Amino acid sequence: MPERPLSPHLSVYKFKYTLATSILNRFAGLVLSAGFVLLVYWLVALASGARAYAQARSILSLGVFKLLYAALLAAFVYHLAAGIRHLVWDTGRGLERATAQRSAWLIGAVSVVVTLILAYCLLRPGAYTR
Amino acid sequence: MSLRAPLGRVLGRGSAKQGVHHWWLQRLTSVALVPLSIGFVVSLLALPALDYASLLGWMRQGGTGLGLVLFVLVAARHSQLGVRVVIEDYVHANGLKTLALVIVDFSHVLGAAAAVFAILKVALGGRL
Repeated sequence: MPERPLSPHLSVYKFKYTLATSILNRFAGLVLSAGFVLLVYWLVALASGARAYAQARSILSLGVFKLLYAALLAAFVYHLAAGIRHLVWDTGRGLERATAQRSAWLIGAVSVVVTLILAYCLLRPGAYTR
Repeated sequence: MSLRAPLGRVLGRGSAKQGVHHWWLQRLTSVALVPLSIGFVVSLLALPALDYASLLGWMRQGGTGLGLVLFVLVAARHSQLGVRVVIEDYVHANGLKTLALVIVDFSHVLGAAAAVFAILKVALGGRL
């Protein structure tokens, strides 16, 4: 590969929570991409008939997968909040240091609260027994 | 000395005007995904049961099939754009990078096609 000037990489930045919001957003996106595989599997199982779906469901309701669903929910909520923050930035607003720091805390807090609410809906005792 | 006119020398050498294509598509898909993904997650969590019959009923309801197809297609494109950037950022060996990008593109198209096919099969199943 030809030697070209590269944009500054991760290692040149001092670690701060605003940096964590960016890294976490990319990580959450990757988690959701992995979750997409699960969605395709679920849909294909559903299209393969009642027996195939019942089989897939017995796999998908294992305890490990419940943890995964909670992680996917958290990743979804965070990626959504951080994504909306990016869309606001794209309009040229909210880029000042103080505002960006405040919005970092905001998306963190909103994500925790919304994730807890959704995770309760998903994992509450007695849910989806049928 | 060249006999080519200055205009002839520069024509076709400018930018392809597609420098922001990836960026723009990432924004377009993300804007579309705000309502689509919220709708998907909320309607999934609002389902009373996840057995075969309940899900069939849900998928054959009014807008569910169309909503799911839109969500799956836009999410797949958004995911493909995002994973591509991650690979471009962190995989530096040229051959490996190309291979990874081809695998990412193929698997996203495969996933999206399989999902859409499955949704249509379930949603239209009763009427085919």
